[in-house]
Amino acid sequence: MTTAIAHPSRALAVALIVRRSLRRHAFATAVTILAAGLASGLVMAVFAIQSQSQRAFTGGNVGFDAVLGARGSKLQLVLNSVFHLDESPGNIPWSVYARLKADPRIRLAIPYAVGDNYRGYRIVGTTPDLFDRYRYGNDRSLAFAGKGRAFDPDLREAVIGSFVAERTGLRYGDHFHPSHGISFDDADDDEGHHAHNEEYVVVGVLEPTNSPIDRVVWIPIEGVFRMGGHVLRGEGQVFVPKHGETIPDEHKELSAIMLKFAAPTVGADLDNVINKEGKEFTLAWPIAAVMTGFFEKFGWITRVLLLVAYLVVAVSACAILAAVYNTINERRREFAILRAIGARKSIVFSAIVVESATIAAFGAVLGFVFYSAIVIVAASIIRTQTGVVIDAWAFHPALAYVPPGMIALGALAGVVPAVKAYATDVAANLNPHS
Amino acid sequence: MPLLEITDLTKHYRTPDGATSTVVDVPAFSLETAEQCALRGESGSGKTTFLNLIAGILAPDGGRITIVGEDITAQGESNRDRLRATHIGYVFQTFNLLQGYTALENVELAMMLGRGIDHAFSRKLLEHVGMSQRLHYRPAQLSVGQQQRVAVARAMANHPQLVLADEPTGNLDAANAQTSLALLRELCETNNAALLLVSHDPAVLAQFDDSRDFAEINRAAVSKEATA
Repeated sequence: MTTAIAHPSRALAVALIVRRSLRRHAFATAVTILAAGLASGLVMAVFAIQSQSQRAFTGGNVGFDAVLGARGSKLQLVLNSVFHLDESPGNIPWSVYARLKADPRIRLAIPYAVGDNYRGYRIVGTTPDLFDRYRYGNDRSLAFAGKGRAFDPDLREAVIGSFVAERTGLRYGDHFHPSHGISFDDADDDEGHHAHNEEYVVVGVLEPTNSPIDRVVWIPIEGVFRMGGHVLRGEGQVFVPKHGETIPDEHKELSAIMLKFAAPTVGADLDNVINKEGKEFTLAWPIAAVMTGFFEKFGWITRVLLLVAYLVVAVSACAILAAVYNTINERRREFAILRAIGARKSIVFSAIVVESATIAAFGAVLGFVFYSAIVIVAASIIRTQTGVVIDAWAFHPALAYVPPGMIALGALAGVVPAVKAYATDVAANLNPHS
Repeated sequence: MPLLEITDLTKHYRTPDGATSTVVDVPAFSLETAEQCALRGESGSGKTTFLNLIAGILAPDGGRITIVGEDITAQGESNRDRLRATHIGYVFQTFNLLQGYTALENVELAMMLGRGIDHAFSRKLLEHVGMSQRLHYRPAQLSVGQQQRVAVARAMANHPQLVLADEPTGNLDAANAQTSLALLRELCETNNAALLLVSHDPAVLAQFDDSRDFAEINRAAVSKEATA
């Protein structure tokens, strides 16, 4: 019997041993892969969501340089006027807006007045300047879907963001009643006791901007002033607008003024005058810096989330260790046979470590599925809650180093059972002594 | 130079009560290339330990074992493993096939661990032992006779110069025992491999020209009989 002897291939032997073991312990392997996948996906998702949400809230071009509002927290001002979250810190008189609008250092000043909602979506009173002169992102202006247009400042007309249209079903030509307050109660409806009597008609639906603007119902600022139940205290005196009568400017009040400067140095000048020397108002400038401060202040939340994610990774590594370790006892005879037919101890050791690493590798691959699912859900929640669209598929270095890290950790977890397999007494586990 | 040469080989075990028991004490034993030798030994006579010492699975407490000119007692475990993989085939009473692996994989895995995989030769071996229709059967799907034939094929996978067989027919019926033994002897002869077989079955021992009593070469077995 003649033969051609091939090159020895212990790697092939290790691969075969690993394949057979994984198949034989298919259920335990599948569960362990699931755990490793979840851990890997969770870590990548926490990194990516944290990074992308921070980028979306601090790096995106919101179209304004600063926000002017009542004396108080800059963060609250930004959250309320830029992201349409949180309560307004208070009101400021119309005269401030008039002054800033006339100031040559200010390229654009847009007044916001808030206080009502429609089904939980904030109603913001403003001027048509928002649709004519406002630019966001890469010098883009707000665009209307279909035959939509900007509201007439003297009529009860509304322009709604794309997300509002998507979620409420409001379309061009539809009518609605605003509800009082900035939060919506499920018991409220158009006829509910919180609903205003004023009826508005939708004259425009904005194209998506992937920004908080998509979650807003825009109405003429005059409409907010004249909304039933609203009381104005512009310069201090209480004033209730009457139908058919002009509202004197001294009674008008605003929640915030959105500012775009003519030159970069203006921000510092105004910051000095308003924040440092003045006591009446607060200038949130630069907006991105305010949000960066927010993320820095609450960075511990991310660290806690990461800690939890790392703990899940550690638990999954323990699961790999336990799953493989539990097979060692039942496989002692297999190891003894392998050794008896010539497998060196290093082969047995390698097979166990490679088996653990393979489980972790499958888990790392599955991790991308979990990662995708988590970021899709998280992006959807963030969009629903804030209107901010995060780039869920943007690359984050964690996507490159977590999977190999998981594999390395899996291999490390395999060392303990591998040592046990390594130490298998061949003669004792092979045959009884005769 | 003999293929296998043993001098003053001893192996002791510690008994549960702490005493030391000598299981193997072989002053001299040798086997020539392609020689076929059967050793008769009763249960507990130390013959499996003797074979495990020759295979390098166990390290002796004293003495010397030389196989193809290499003193395995002077070598580390890793080298003994290498020598076992490339020069020694081992057939066990309980077959010791790997349960999760097919017949073909059992043979080829031994090749991977030894001189390297040779698909043509592995199939030829299994065909030779009548298993060509059962290449992808797992041990549990084979009869005991078929399992032992796969074990014989595996023992020959790396063209060993020495084949050790520990009660290779002990779990087989007479017909299967005869077939397996004939195959084993034929394959050893064809491959110019020496065969050292231990058995307590007179029918097996009677087929060998060179059949020795293990008690005659193992002084430990003699002393045990004397004290019994």
